[in-house]
Amino acid sequence: MPATPRRGRSLVTVSSVSQLSGAPILRKEDAALLSGRGRYADDLPVPAGTLHAHVIRSPHAHADIASIDASRALAQPGVWAVVTGADVKALSDPFLIALKAPVHQWSLAVERVRYVGEPVALVVADSRYVAEDAAELVRIEYAERPAVVDPLKARKSTAPLLHADTKSNEISVRQFSYGDTGAAFAAADARVRMVTDYPRLSFTPMECYVVVAQYKPTDGSYDVLANFQGPFSTHPVMAKALRVPGTKFRVRIPPDSGGSFGIKLSVFPYMVLAAIAARITGRPVKWVEDRIEHLVAASTGPNRITEIEAAITREGRILALKLDQLEDYGAYLRAPMPGPLYRMHGSVTGAYDIPNVDVTNRVVLTNKMPASLIRGFGGPQLYLAIERLVQRIACELKLDPLEIIRRNLIPTEKFPYRTAAGALYDSGDYARAIDTTVGDGRLAELKRRRDEARAAGRYYGIGFACVVEPGMSNMGYLSTLLTADARERAGPKNGAVSMATVNIDPLGAVSVTADVTVQGQGHETVLSQIVADELGLLPDDIAVTLEIDTAKDPWSIAAGTYSCRFTPGTAVAAQMAARQVRDKLAGIAAKQLNTLPDDIEFAGGAVRSRRNPDNAMPFGRVAGTAHWSPVMLPEGMAPSLRETGVWSPQELEPPTSDDRINTSLTYGFVFDMCGVEIDPSTYQVRVDRYVSMHDAGRILNPLIADGQIYGAFAQGIAAALYEEFVSDDNGNFLAGTFADYLVPTVSEIPKVELLHQETPSPLTPLGAKGLAEGNCMSVPACVANAVADALDVKDISLPITPRRIHALLEGAERPPPATAAARAPELAPAKDGRNLRGQGSFEIAASPAEVWRALLDPERLKTTIPGCHELQQTGAHDYRAQVSLGVGPVRGKFDATVSLSDLVEEQSGRIGGGLTGPLGEASGSGTLRLTPTETGTRLDYDYAVTIGGKVAAVGGRMLDGAAAIIIRQFFERLSRGLNPQVAAPGEAGPRVWLRALRAKLGGRP
Amino acid sequence: MRRVDRSQRATISITLNGRQVSAEAEPRMLLSDFLRHSLGATGTHVGCEHGVCGCCTVLIDGAAVRSCLTLAVQAEGKAVTTVESLAGADGRLNALQQAFKNNHALQCGFCTPGILMSFTDFLGRNPTPSEAEIVEVLSGHLCRCTGYAGIVAAVLEVSGSKDNAEKRSV
Ligand code: FES
Ligand code: FES
Repeated sequence: MPATPRRGRSLVTVSSVSQLSGAPILRKEDAALLSGRGRYADDLPVPAGTLHAHVIRSPHAHADIASIDASRALAQPGVWAVVTGADVKALSDPFLIALKAPVHQWSLAVERVRYVGEPVALVVADSRYVAEDAAELVRIEYAERPAVVDPLKARKSTAPLLHADTKSNEISVRQFSYGDTGAAFAAADARVRMVTDYPRLSFTPMECYVVVAQYKPTDGSYDVLANFQGPFSTHPVMAKALRVPGTKFRVRIPPDSGGSFGIKLSVFPYMVLAAIAARITGRPVKWVEDRIEHLVAASTGPNRITEIEAAITREGRILALKLDQLEDYGAYLRAPMPGPLYRMHGSVTGAYDIPNVDVTNRVVLTNKMPASLIRGFGGPQLYLAIERLVQRIACELKLDPLEIIRRNLIPTEKFPYRTAAGALYDSGDYARAIDTTVGDGRLAELKRRRDEARAAGRYYGIGFACVVEPGMSNMGYLSTLLTADARERAGPKNGAVSMATVNIDPLGAVSVTADVTVQGQGHETVLSQIVADELGLLPDDIAVTLEIDTAKDPWSIAAGTYSCRFTPGTAVAAQMAARQVRDKLAGIAAKQLNTLPDDIEFAGGAVRSRRNPDNAMPFGRVAGTAHWSPVMLPEGMAPSLRETGVWSPQELEPPTSDDRINTSLTYGFVFDMCGVEIDPSTYQVRVDRYVSMHDAGRILNPLIADGQIYGAFAQGIAAALYEEFVSDDNGNFLAGTFADYLVPTVSEIPKVELLHQETPSPLTPLGAKGLAEGNCMSVPACVANAVADALDVKDISLPITPRRIHALLEGAERPPPATAAARAPELAPAKDGRNLRGQGSFEIAASPAEVWRALLDPERLKTTIPGCHELQQTGAHDYRAQVSLGVGPVRGKFDATVSLSDLVEEQSGRIGGGLTGPLGEASGSGTLRLTPTETGTRLDYDYAVTIGGKVAAVGGRMLDGAAAIIIRQFFERLSRGLNPQVAAPGEAGPRVWLRALRAKLGGRP
Repeated sequence: MRRVDRSQRATISITLNGRQVSAEAEPRMLLSDFLRHSLGATGTHVGCEHGVCGCCTVLIDGAAVRSCLTLAVQAEGKAVTTVESLAGADGRLNALQQAFKNNHALQCGFCTPGILMSFTDFLGRNPTPSEAEIVEVLSGHLCRCTGYAGIVAAVLEVSGSKDNAEKRSV
């Protein structure tokens, strides 16, 4: 359960506060959002005549698209178009990527699919319901190819190539060397090495993607509304793909967004897809992603395998580090990937003073969903490796991990500190932050609890994690991916621009716009605080509008909300804009008040002389002069009261010729400490105590700052203990619903104690750094360290689930004892798969002979099989059928084949077959035995089914449940058919036989 | 429940936040879509359409239900209450809403309408719940932004049980 937050902090509702920045002012955003008056993308009105789109996705991880037949779908009333890869190839170019590599991605699969869930066609129709119905009539034939899912296998020369023109799936390898790592390793007393593996996961905003696109044939321009988050460096990527200049690709972003966490960058391919559909149909086209699509195919953080090794002294001083980081980006490299691999490059030595470091960075492609930004991007992967290593060093030297941390920490007097790889850490006092955290008896209490637990034979461990949290990325960091020569040829990339505009109207009302996209942080409130401070007004006097229109608003490629750029970036630009306006107003007022501009101050809604405060004018009156009497302005002053602040810090230099890069402008610090206990019977990790210390420089609004930290903390816990995108070896995605992908509820989030320290950044005028990502980086490492301490083990895989703990404690899982289910027939070597097995029995009040006849009668079968529309006999005991099936939220039509074999009259038989449809496929077989009883016949059945495609993503729980329901329905219908007067008898076993049939059914996504 | 043929559209009438309204719907139309797209009541959100996230929670005859798991026809003739009903006509927040604001219990606000409606139902029946009971109700909702801390604090505040809860949790 979460802590009751903000102990002892009184909230400010603002009537007058002398300094608004830094005060915990309640959010301006809240009233509308609490009243159902948010304006999220799907709430906005669309133009008359808007069509609705549905995406058809690949059920295969790797296959050639042999044919697409959309004729039946197009014949449906209300269907306007079925857009395919051929259309997309004709009307657009592949998206630009950061590497020169023949890895081409369009907004729909062209000729080949490379991951389950990849968009293959777009059905556009009058309504969403019509589009979804029509999608089931589109016939797509695939020729499957072998898939490769494990990045270590993917980089082997024998692995199937995802992109034919690449030489290897490992499309980039870069080696960096800073200092003299070789000498340091030769001189070291010892080496400590380990491998960490960070999984795939996402933070799944509650609102999915929404796009509304329009095309204007008269000038060939596109207008796209989407809940896109930036970075706007992707805007040129989209415009280029559509073969238009940026001015003909207008992007509008709604005023509210239901969360993003990095994920809404990846709506961009769909923005291009909807734009193409609008062009083809000549109508506006709207697409709203559903949750299953989101989980299967929206975005994920990349999984990373890191080999890390330290050269150390006997005392635990780290002399040098070597890291080999292999990151799996899935099927395509989307702009601006591989960001996570390079965003932390300058900080690769974390919070430690390590002068020598070698880094190898590898980018690997596999048959999985493309990876992209998620909150903390690059940080969680890096800190899991570094912080686990530090804990390991302590274990090997039999020292306290906190001691190792302290001996290696960057000393306070060394700030500003230049890291080995080139980052300029602006400020910090790491040692003091740690002292404060462990002080006040906090660590002593943890140790006492650990001792007690261990004395009682329980598993209890303590973990620590230190994180340097970057804020405001250098737009040139990604170019570190290229060699110095290639960078030279491409032209240097660097810097990051932030923009905000302050406008004052004829009545003196103040409005603000800025280059951030709303995601729920509270930017509106913070910007109003900053501007109100400068102009002597109150936050309620400042109207902030944060919808973006690229055709009208100032923006740069850095615009958007990501990598903590708001506080070090846009907030500064807003202050600059406010000061520019203020200086003008001071000039105007000085003239009218007969004083000098230096003597003018802004306070309490008035503009007045500092020396003689009675010599004053109302703020609105001064502003009005600029509008109503421009002729009276001081000489040389331009009349407008609209000023844009542009902030472009000089510290964000391009990579040096020896590959050193200052990856970000500000560097905050997070220190986490926790105690965990592991339940010996459920193998569950329970976080007993958690303390998180943040130094993010100056805090602009403590209420909002703590909110960001609580949110990131919950996501860190999710990554540590719950969330993972799982694919099987064939690339089937197995986490397609919220029943399979475990987002923690309130019951899973432990209490956390937050501490703060403020070491202002000298590099930004507000002194503020980013703080919203730190706990996504620190919590997985901290919890893993605590679990390692509790169990005294070295290798910890995330998420730390009960199954994994069980394996650590009890060794690898033994196969389950033979049960009836295990007797089910062996599966044919199915290509994909989630396997369902089961067995059961059912009683029917009819003789075996009657039941047997009913089962072999096609007419009767047709009415007995749930969801069956058509059934044709194709052989003595072979049938072809069309069935509609649904599992949970997934529903669709399938073509089924069924054959009966090994028939022993009135006694037993075997049923086999397959289902294929737009939502996936299934194949399997089962046996059925009939035994006469006193009241009729008992049917015993067992089955084994393999399911692939979207249906597989629905997950075991739902599939098992669905199979049981379908089987029960089958027998009930069979029974009812034989005994129309009798109520359906109860089911004796959990599953059905026919499910072989149904199996497919099972697959009835 | 009224029976409507699968192929037909029917006029569905409900009392939405005290006002009689009606619109046409196919039998398969979800109540969440009906509210949002047919009636324009977009305050109710859809986060999963499979009954897990709780974003779409509304009250039917006073009881909280998932509108994504309810067909529009099932609400025929009933009183449906949504987040739009909570604030006063002058826009003034009610006590529960104000407590959410005071405790920073929302960020993006997408999950918030569903959570407000669940607690509107729950607090109506149980005005002074324990923290454990609040957590129990809240565990039927997913929020990705807040980490839930502020939401629990908000409900404790509005139900007047905050002081007790603080005492209990020490
Ligand atoms: S949308 Fe209804 S529970 Fe998620
Ligand atoms: S406030 Fe964003 S999901 Fe709850």
